[in-house]
Amino acid sequence: MRQLLDGLRRLGQYPSALVGLAIIFALVGTAVFTVVTIPYGQALELWRGGDPWRMHPVNARPVWVDRIAGNNSPRTMVVSSRDALIEEEPFVGGSRMRIPLEFDFGYAGFPSELNLFLTSTHVEREPFVRLTWETPDGREFILGGRRLAREERVSISQDWELERRLGRVPHVGLFAEPADDRPPQVLEGRYRLTLDVISFEEDARVDADLVVYGRVHGLAGTDHQRRDLMVALLWGIPVALAFGLLAAVGTTVTTLVIAAAGVWYGGWIDAVIQRLTEVNIILPMLPILVMVGTLYSTSIWVMLGVVIALGIFSAGIKMYRAMLLPIRESPYIEAAKAYGAGNARIILRYMIPRILPVLIPTFVILIPSFVFLEASLALLGLGDPVLPTWGKVMNDAQTQSALYHGFYYWVLSPAALLMLTGLGFAMLGFALDRVFNPRLRTM
Amino acid sequence: MSASIREVRTSATGPVLSVRDLHTWFELRQWGFLRVGSVRAVDGVNFDLKAGEAVAFVGESGCGKSSLARTLLGLHQPTRGEVIFEGRSLGTLDAAERKAYLARVGYVQQDPYGALPPFMDVRRILHEPLIVHGVRNRAERDQRAREALEEVRLSPPEDFLSKFPHMLSGGQQQRVVIARALILRPAMIIADEPVSMLDASVRVEILQLLRSIQIDHGLTLAFITHDLSTVRHFAERIFVMYAGRIVEQAEVNELLNHPQHPYTQALLTAISDPDPDNARQQREVPSGEPPSLLKPPAGCRFHPRCNRMIAGTCDQEYPPDLEPRPGHGTACWLYR
Ligand SMILES: Nc1ncnc2c1ncn2[C@@H]1O[C@H](COP(=O)(O)OP(=O)(O)OP(=O)(O)O)[C@@H](O)[C@H]1O
Ligand code: SF4
Ligand SMILES: [Mg+2]
Repeated sequence: MRQLLDGLRRLGQYPSALVGLAIIFALVGTAVFTVVTIPYGQALELWRGGDPWRMHPVNARPVWVDRIAGNNSPRTMVVSSRDALIEEEPFVGGSRMRIPLEFDFGYAGFPSELNLFLTSTHVEREPFVRLTWETPDGREFILGGRRLAREERVSISQDWELERRLGRVPHVGLFAEPADDRPPQVLEGRYRLTLDVISFEEDARVDADLVVYGRVHGLAGTDHQRRDLMVALLWGIPVALAFGLLAAVGTTVTTLVIAAAGVWYGGWIDAVIQRLTEVNIILPMLPILVMVGTLYSTSIWVMLGVVIALGIFSAGIKMYRAMLLPIRESPYIEAAKAYGAGNARIILRYMIPRILPVLIPTFVILIPSFVFLEASLALLGLGDPVLPTWGKVMNDAQTQSALYHGFYYWVLSPAALLMLTGLGFAMLGFALDRVFNPRLRTM
Repeated sequence: MSASIREVRTSATGPVLSVRDLHTWFELRQWGFLRVGSVRAVDGVNFDLKAGEAVAFVGESGCGKSSLARTLLGLHQPTRGEVIFEGRSLGTLDAAERKAYLARVGYVQQDPYGALPPFMDVRRILHEPLIVHGVRNRAERDQRAREALEEVRLSPPEDFLSKFPHMLSGGQQQRVVIARALILRPAMIIADEPVSMLDASVRVEILQLLRSIQIDHGLTLAFITHDLSTVRHFAERIFVMYAGRIVEQAEVNELLNHPQHPYTQALLTAISDPDPDNARQQREVPSGEPPSLLKPPAGCRFHPRCNRMIAGTCDQEYPPDLEPRPGHGTACWLYR
């Protein structure tokens, strides 16, 4: 206790410790914020992908990347019929509606995709809609007509017929200057998509969302499944910290207790512990984890369990043993025996606390090594199947050849967070080491 | 041989502690399993302690004093013989009784700083024995901790309760050790060289403290020392140990004034003669190595160093316990 408090007080003298602490506090703060704002269930739901992300662009870069590059790439715009001036003309047994979806487009680049999401409240008879695209310079393109199911997705970008007519993919052709020059130039100004709806039921209502997908999104960008990487980058923090901390606590505590028990009881107990440790040290950890992940389960809890189990008889035992052996002989332990303290009390209350301060730096440095281990497993495709983690982001990036396609952000942001975590704990850990292991202090 | 010593010791109240033919041998092994012999640290010790008396064990370094103390405390398993406390042999106690026995015997060690867990404050240090012995109530533990601190003259207790050992002076640390030994209200205190690691300036103070506590509470005090010069004031009887055995025992003044055993005589010359003219004589006597406890000399253990050795007897057979003067026992062939 005393050593601990003294040590912590002395920690203030090391700027690296303060920087490390600041990083760790920032990570912990963000982790708490994340878990509160995006609850666990919601995070899993989001990370499963699909519908929640239909209005997000595919593989959009982070906004700040665009800023740094000095570009003005398009953001995603959603033009909703709810904001439009709808003209409605009822007739017997139905109505005629004109829905103009208008928007200003002033970016220095073409959108990445163009989709129209339609919903209709009809009961039996499907309404009919005809789509007309008007450019700022007054050209009109008929995008065809169709009957509407209750939910309809019109993928304008994948309208092959339109593409053939424009000579370009629709989300480029519809936004380009009329001149047939290459590369195409963006025509800035007010665009309008007019929906002429004929409904065959009197109170059937049609709503439309035109999504003009951008090429940049948020602070983290999106992946190939339109998911906002921010979800994984943020959720990766609590997952990484929890995994690192639990694994470090689990291995340290079990190892310590076992080492102390071996030292205290000696004899065959100690011998068995020593031999098990020697065997365990030469067993490679990663291949075993890969085997468990491949053959059994990649759940992060299973991995945590295996990591701790493999960590129990780790090399740490030898170190702790060397530290505990002289303590076993110390007079205060003898005194404790002489007033009747039991074995468990002596191990847990008298031996282990004695070396705890010395272990704190090791413990702090151990945390990021488990964070990296978890990321490595995920990178090898053995990440938790449902949790959003940094390792899984990198794994996705790898399988999608992100670097080849120039999506550097996809790899760099999780990697940067991993490095930041490692840096924070390492800076704190090394400062703690100086404080608690005075031999290093003069160096 | 034990018979005569016991007779000397017979008292009306009967002994608190009786030690009979006690042996504590440490097996020496090579490569972890090959037995190469035993260190006979305690090798046939007999004595009785009366309730409320203070006795001193003296002897040169390595003669087995600490081993004897630890065996009495149950920290070493005796190889042979028994320790009988308040009428019951330690070997026959079950776990709970053994624990109760440990509460009846306090232990004061040599190195006060080492004897205190450095990561606990004084309050915690004093609470520990109480917790171990089932005193659940925190307020009661605090109360007893305060009392114990008052007892060892660390007052006001508030000033010390939240201190860590390193914040205390050596003398204060030893007082805390004594307070811890007292906190379970023992009947006997075993103090193993309680002042040898303290500053000369506080030694007498600590010995006086132990002595006054012993008298106030009617405790039995067994303290180990190799400083014969102070013994006179702090003990009623002296046991002289040599090579794992008690070679002489008597009341303090009787022993100091009329040492019988050649070893005791040598010890006394060695300490009481600051006169450099006597230096030769002094060196002459305990000269030579202390005997190996691994292969103790045959016969009297002291014979290789004894200047009055009787050839053919002393080197053949161990001397019996004899009583050359009333109440004064020694194991030496000279008094046959
Ligand atoms: N646990 C042990 N294992 C083996 N040998 C031991 C053990 N404890 C003590 N010894 C040996 O027993 C002998 C007696 O030691 P002990 O500590 O009892 O002597 P002592 O009279 O207290 O000496 P000192 O005055 O130096 O404290 C020594 O030779 C010592 O090396
Ligand atoms: S028994 Fe003999 S050797 Fe031993 S002390 Fe007496 S005289 Fe000396
Ligand atoms: Mg000793």
